[in-house]
Amino acid sequence: MSETAALRQGPATDAWSMPLAEIDVSDPARFRDDTMWPFFERLRREDPVHWCANGMYGPYWSVTKYKDIMQVETSHHIFSSDTTMGGITIEDGNASTGLPMFIAMDPPKHDEQRKTVSPVVSPENLAKLETTIRSRVGEILDGLPRNETFNWVERVSIELTTQMLATLFDFPWEDRRKLTRWSDVATATPGSGIIESHEQKMAEIMECGAYFTRLWNERVNAAPGNDLISMMAHSDAMRHMSPEEFLGNLMLLIVGGNDTTRNSITGGLLALSQNPEQYRKLRENPALISSMVPEIIRWQTPLAHMRRTAKMDTVLGGKTIRAGEKVVMWYVSGNRDEEAVERPNNFIIDRARPRQHLSFGFGIHRCVGNRLGEMQLRIVWEEILKRWPDQPIEVVGEPTRVYSSFVKGYSSLPARIRG
Amino acid sequence: MSTIIFIEHNGTRHEIDVADGNSIMAGAVANMVPGIDADCGGACACATCHIHIDPEWLARLPEKSEMEASLLEFTPNPTEGSRLACQIKVSPCVAGMTVHLPAAQH
Repeated sequence: MSETAALRQGPATDAWSMPLAEIDVSDPARFRDDTMWPFFERLRREDPVHWCANGMYGPYWSVTKYKDIMQVETSHHIFSSDTTMGGITIEDGNASTGLPMFIAMDPPKHDEQRKTVSPVVSPENLAKLETTIRSRVGEILDGLPRNETFNWVERVSIELTTQMLATLFDFPWEDRRKLTRWSDVATATPGSGIIESHEQKMAEIMECGAYFTRLWNERVNAAPGNDLISMMAHSDAMRHMSPEEFLGNLMLLIVGGNDTTRNSITGGLLALSQNPEQYRKLRENPALISSMVPEIIRWQTPLAHMRRTAKMDTVLGGKTIRAGEKVVMWYVSGNRDEEAVERPNNFIIDRARPRQHLSFGFGIHRCVGNRLGEMQLRIVWEEILKRWPDQPIEVVGEPTRVYSSFVKGYSSLPARIRG
Repeated sequence: MSTIIFIEHNGTRHEIDVADGNSIMAGAVANMVPGIDADCGGACACATCHIHIDPEWLARLPEKSEMEASLLEFTPNPTEGSRLACQIKVSPCVAGMTVHLPAAQH
């Protein structure tokens, strides 16, 4: 049986048999169950710019091909990210909870605020953090149990990214798990198990705001420091932000620096365990880490989509998009587009052009923390291979995936280390 | 073919012959010059082929597009001579041009 024929059997039958117009790829249940792939494959093949009239989050366009996504990304004068038009997620204002943040702004304001934050995650600044990150990764790995099953997400991915964020913000160490909670809350949909209601979500975000306002006030009155809050408090562009803008940009940095790296750390171990020959290749040649890191980020695609709103009537892929309509760029699909990526469904740690993926986005909103995320993944794998050069970390069960079509991630992954 | 001289951030020099009509980015990548990532493959969409060009050569190049200018604003330490290598076509007019590479691409 050919691979395609195999795809059309069993649970995927629906994807190939249901009327095109009825396909709604935004259903979070499919992401939780990992069954969204054939739906995207069908859209790429039959209707790459696809209108869904009755989506779970209202009517919207799905853009599923790499080249079309790139076109939307680089036409920011046509496709707006602005909160007032709905923001950057399929659910209006989800990630920003309606707060203003530069990822959900258009030029010129976006440009000013981004330029303020950008230096803290520039390669030269990151070099200063490398030693700290490496020693913290080392402590986390050295503390893992031997010969017993543990949750990799909890013990490694969350712990490491939380420590990293606390370092970036110079956040009180004993309270650092609050950062994880706020990040989870910021992107959660009521009823997902994280929060029960929109009111609860806003209450927790306000608590976050109050906490950070206190830190801001401490730092604005102190000498400029190397942490993000101090940099923001002492920058001309950001010093005069309204409290909502301050909170919005904080949320952006927390979510952008937390969920994404966390799920790539988990996704990397899962990908290697599903592809033992790649894991063997890696243990034999740790230099492959440098090309494996972007491949993990492509394969995982930690943010499944970004959304824009058309500011004017326009044509994309032969379809007429009207002003005001919602346009969703499915990175998770573009990264599996065989016209852009060779053997896209395979995890290949030494592929020729691993950096050509959509996970960071492109254009003026391209991920500002891309090098930080890559650096964290690189250090994690360098330290893992130092400690276990000739045995794999074993995945001993199925992952639990997050109920979201925005954050593509995991809440658990059972792992085991023989020792 | 025209020769382009790449100077890495640490001073290492590479003299590369690039076919006329190709971009400076493509020439660098094809000849394994380190320091140019070119994540977007030349679509003027990522600013990971950021280079610095001396004033006397800069004047010979076509103006930056709006997209190139806005992407350059987001690079670390942009200078007057900042350009994206994917946006500059090699031709006899720029034969012998020196291009300086940044410490790292963001």
